[in-house]
Amino acid sequence: MKSIRILWKFMAHNRLLYLGAILSVALASLARISTPLVIRITIDNIIGDEPLAAPLLIRNFVENIGQALWVPGIVLIAITALRGLFMFLRGRLAAQVSENIAKNLRNRVYDHIQHLPYKYHKEADTGDLMQRCTSDVDTIRRFLGVQLVEMGHSLFMVIFITGVMLSADSRMTAISLAVLPIIFAFAVIFFIKVKKAFREADEAEAELTTVLQENLTGIRVVRAFANQEYEIGRFDGKNMAYRDKVYHLIWLLACYWSASDLLAFLQIGVVLVAGAYYTAVGEITIGTMVLFGTYIGMLVWPVRQMGRILTDMGKALVSAERLQEILDEPRENLVENHRQPPITGNIVFDNVSFGYEPGQRVLENLSFSVGAGQTVAILGHTGSGKSSLVHLLARLYEYDAGSITIDGVELNTIDKRWIRKHVAVVSQEPFLFAKTIRENITLASGEVTDQELHAVCRQAAVHDVILSFDQGYDTLVGERGVSVSGGQRQRIAIARALITDSPILIFDDSLSAVDTETDLAIRNALEKRASRATTFLISHRVASLSKADLILVLEDGRIVQRGTHEQLMAEAGPYARTWEIQNTLEAEIKAAR
Amino acid sequence: MQQAVLQEEVHEEKIDLKLWRQILQLARPYKRYIIYAIVSTVVMAGGDALFPYMTKVAIDNFVVPQRTEGLGWFAAAFALLIAVQSFTVYMFINMAGKVESGVTYTIRQAGFEHLHTLSFSFYDKRASGWLLARLTSDVNRLGEIVSWSLIDLLWGGAAMVFYAIVMFSMNWRLALLTICVIPILALISVYFQKQILRAYRSVRRMNSRITGAFSEGIMGATTTKILSREEENLGEFETLTSGLKASSVRAATFSALFLPIVLMLGNIATALTLWVGGNGVIAGTVTYGVLVAFVSYAIQFFDPVREIARIFAELQMAHAAAERVMGLLNTDPEIQDRPDVEGSVPPLVGGVEFEHVSFAYNPQEPVLSDFNLKVEPGQTVALVGETGSGKSTIVNLVCRFYEPTEGRILIDGVDYRDRPLAWLQGSLGYVLQSPHLFSGTIRENIRYGNLKASDEEVERAAELVNAHEFISKLSQGYDTEVGEGGGLLSTGQKQLISFARAILADPRIFVLDEATSSIDTETEMLIQEAIRTILTGRTSFIIAHRLSTVRSADVILVIRDGKVQEKGSHEELMAAGGYYYRLYTNQFLED
Repeated sequence: MKSIRILWKFMAHNRLLYLGAILSVALASLARISTPLVIRITIDNIIGDEPLAAPLLIRNFVENIGQALWVPGIVLIAITALRGLFMFLRGRLAAQVSENIAKNLRNRVYDHIQHLPYKYHKEADTGDLMQRCTSDVDTIRRFLGVQLVEMGHSLFMVIFITGVMLSADSRMTAISLAVLPIIFAFAVIFFIKVKKAFREADEAEAELTTVLQENLTGIRVVRAFANQEYEIGRFDGKNMAYRDKVYHLIWLLACYWSASDLLAFLQIGVVLVAGAYYTAVGEITIGTMVLFGTYIGMLVWPVRQMGRILTDMGKALVSAERLQEILDEPRENLVENHRQPPITGNIVFDNVSFGYEPGQRVLENLSFSVGAGQTVAILGHTGSGKSSLVHLLARLYEYDAGSITIDGVELNTIDKRWIRKHVAVVSQEPFLFAKTIRENITLASGEVTDQELHAVCRQAAVHDVILSFDQGYDTLVGERGVSVSGGQRQRIAIARALITDSPILIFDDSLSAVDTETDLAIRNALEKRASRATTFLISHRVASLSKADLILVLEDGRIVQRGTHEQLMAEAGPYARTWEIQNTLEAEIKAAR
Repeated sequence: MQQAVLQEEVHEEKIDLKLWRQILQLARPYKRYIIYAIVSTVVMAGGDALFPYMTKVAIDNFVVPQRTEGLGWFAAAFALLIAVQSFTVYMFINMAGKVESGVTYTIRQAGFEHLHTLSFSFYDKRASGWLLARLTSDVNRLGEIVSWSLIDLLWGGAAMVFYAIVMFSMNWRLALLTICVIPILALISVYFQKQILRAYRSVRRMNSRITGAFSEGIMGATTTKILSREEENLGEFETLTSGLKASSVRAATFSALFLPIVLMLGNIATALTLWVGGNGVIAGTVTYGVLVAFVSYAIQFFDPVREIARIFAELQMAHAAAERVMGLLNTDPEIQDRPDVEGSVPPLVGGVEFEHVSFAYNPQEPVLSDFNLKVEPGQTVALVGETGSGKSTIVNLVCRFYEPTEGRILIDGVDYRDRPLAWLQGSLGYVLQSPHLFSGTIRENIRYGNLKASDEEVERAAELVNAHEFISKLSQGYDTEVGEGGGLLSTGQKQLISFARAILADPRIFVLDEATSSIDTETEMLIQEAIRTILTGRTSFIIAHRLSTVRSADVILVIRDGKVQEKGSHEELMAAGGYYYRLYTNQFLED
């Protein structure tokens, strides 16, 4: 019930239009079932001379036309024209409504996902999320646009035809409806049972695709170990399994269609034989017999169809719930108190503690301060809390205890949007959008001149690389364009951060995939503009950190060492130790001189 | 930097018979099932034609003369017809299913095996998503065409013939009257089916763009957040969804128009039949039963016509899929064994020599020219240079992933093109910058280096490269799943596993594209130790970023613009004070 309510809510603003579609279905069905009536009257009362049991108006009309058979022909065509019109309206309206709902739903889900907090995205199962956004929306669209309308059609047909049949002959009606419930029940039961086979075929296909995908991306590994035969065998196994599952499914369907055909034709045959008998013994007219013969054909197939749709309805309801689950996730409020103080970059951490889960401590009692334009370097193992520290600055997470102030204002009172516009973060594995390189770099900055663009790209040591692409700055990135190496991606992301001229810059291990020479070039460029922004540098390369105004060494969420390079080198501790490991060559170079 | 080949070419030219002959060739193993399917389809069409005729028999033999004798036989005949019809329906679906699943299987397998013979230059030009689609959706479509569409086509043809036979045998005048609308209907059907298909194709295209946008929205959500671009993204997304809605409604409108028009035509035929046939009944030249049967046929005749129109429209689309799949199957591998390679060759020792080697990925941009290098078995060669200098090319040539465009490469003194590919590649160890693991357990991934290795050998390999310790700490140990692409492990762990895999292969020639990705110092030391273990006693080529590996190499090559700029041991190069010297003094002494 809850899921029906969800679906009903999704239909907001489109319900009236949908009513129009349902109404069209009813009218089209009415027109459809009146066709056999015209034929019956033609056969019984115009060609034959049975007395007509109909309202006076129709009786007079029939008597007046005598034996002019073109008149029922015209009536037939007119009715069909009406039916055609309603059928068109039904198709058109249903499409409009369902596409409208799907569009709104897509926009809503997309927008909602964009506004879910950082934590949600870090933990999200992207495959599942994708599935919900695409196939679940599609299931609902198909349900409203096709299946529900189809179901309405079947339902109206059953109701109208049973009505007409009853008015013609009650005994024949009973005979006509004898096998129908079995057909219906059979369809429902079958499609519930067969779900497993469908799922198994899907799973087998997914496994096959995985092997294929891995072979395509790992082709060099396969070749280098000369394991082609092994892979072909592995693929053959999956391919065979998939083939067998698909065949099994088709076989089940073959059984279903033939069995339900048998039932359907049985119903038709029973009506035909019984009708012939009753007409022969003079209990019903030829026209009535033909009427039942025609109607039974109109009744059997929709009933069979209904069983199938009913089982599909369950899917749509599940999809609705799955989408609602996303929409129920609390959004991040980007503009809470409209607090938008000027930001220059003086940052003070005072006893800051933080954990992803309650009770867990990733950062503990962190205190330090940085002046505007200074550079802070952070060194530490994976998991020591380096990234968490900088994430707090962009308000991607909220600190649990202590205080962080930016230019004297408590960080968690500043609007998220405002703070993020002033903090530029470059992560280790930056994401580029399927846009041109220019668009990717200017995503956050808006319009810039070519000079500005080229200047930041030179600083990020990526200008020459970009020019080497076929279309330079207008080259598309991603599947449809060039593939960009990890190092190039990092450099483009650096340019993207620099161009905003934010007062706070964070490089979260963002030079890791760049070769040493380029790394140096970028660091030199950054140094020249260093005083323009408070900069946070995270790296494993000690050499990259040595020039910072303040170096923090993190271990298990605590600051274990702090100071400048010279100060830290004078202490025995992790900094000097790491430096030693990474720079044993230094002495040798000096010796070589 | 390859331009991905991704355009979904739209083909609407005439059906290419040679192509389809080739496809039917692939369907050969399923000939028996195809014949069964054809037989049952024809029988089924006959049954479909008989049902309205049964109504006619009932009316003319029992209803009009008001007679009941023989009705029992009639009922029995009807029952038999139903039984036969149900059985043929079962057979037809079952056999078509066998053909579909079988043909799909065969083509997919052939495609997969062919992929493994193609050279890397082929892969360089095509995105993996493109190739994936060829072997999944395109092959599926092809399988559908070969089974269902062709059989439906046959059904349509047979049904039309049978209907015509029954109708003409009952009353040729009425038959002509019913059939006269068919050509118009056929024309309209073909037109509409084409429009509908085209409209749905654009819907599909829009749909895949939306899927792409969703994927970007989800994968890039954190980036969007950092850049504060939520509103702009939504704006762009809304343009896409509005576009999809417009094209979907357009496609649905075409579909919604098509059926009413067909029905109108059908009812014109019915009305004509009723008029002329009814007059015939009054005049006594037509029986009641024939009139009723003709009313049914007038409507039913349209099914096969519509069906055939639909399949013709689909065939044109399928043609594009068929071309793409067959194009893949017909691509000749650039690197393959020469017909005259010796079958039995001595085991590989590991001497490598480049003799005046030139190479270019495409003719305009030479990467290497007149490159010479001699490496003794067991030596370690470190390649140093900027990105794009040609380091990777040298390594690719050693592995024979590419072959020189000029000059030759000798392995143990013989041009490697005179030897089978498997001889070299079976003795190769190759570790990539970003190690590629397959989904499965850690054990399976290490064993990939030597499929015959025992569990003990796998663990010994892991111990040798310092991977054993972290593996044992995992809750499932060696049976831990690594996830797709090794996603459940850290970069450092993936590297250690790929080292274990390489050492298990016990290669004579070892190639390492060293990673620059950042790993904490402890893991870094484990990795360096592992590398040292692997290098001993093997000819090795290393694209080096780590100082320790460079220093311990026997020969260091500084590559610039496809040429060896400096060559020698670490001490020699340091003493020479050239580019190499500057590179490393720069890194550590920045002033």
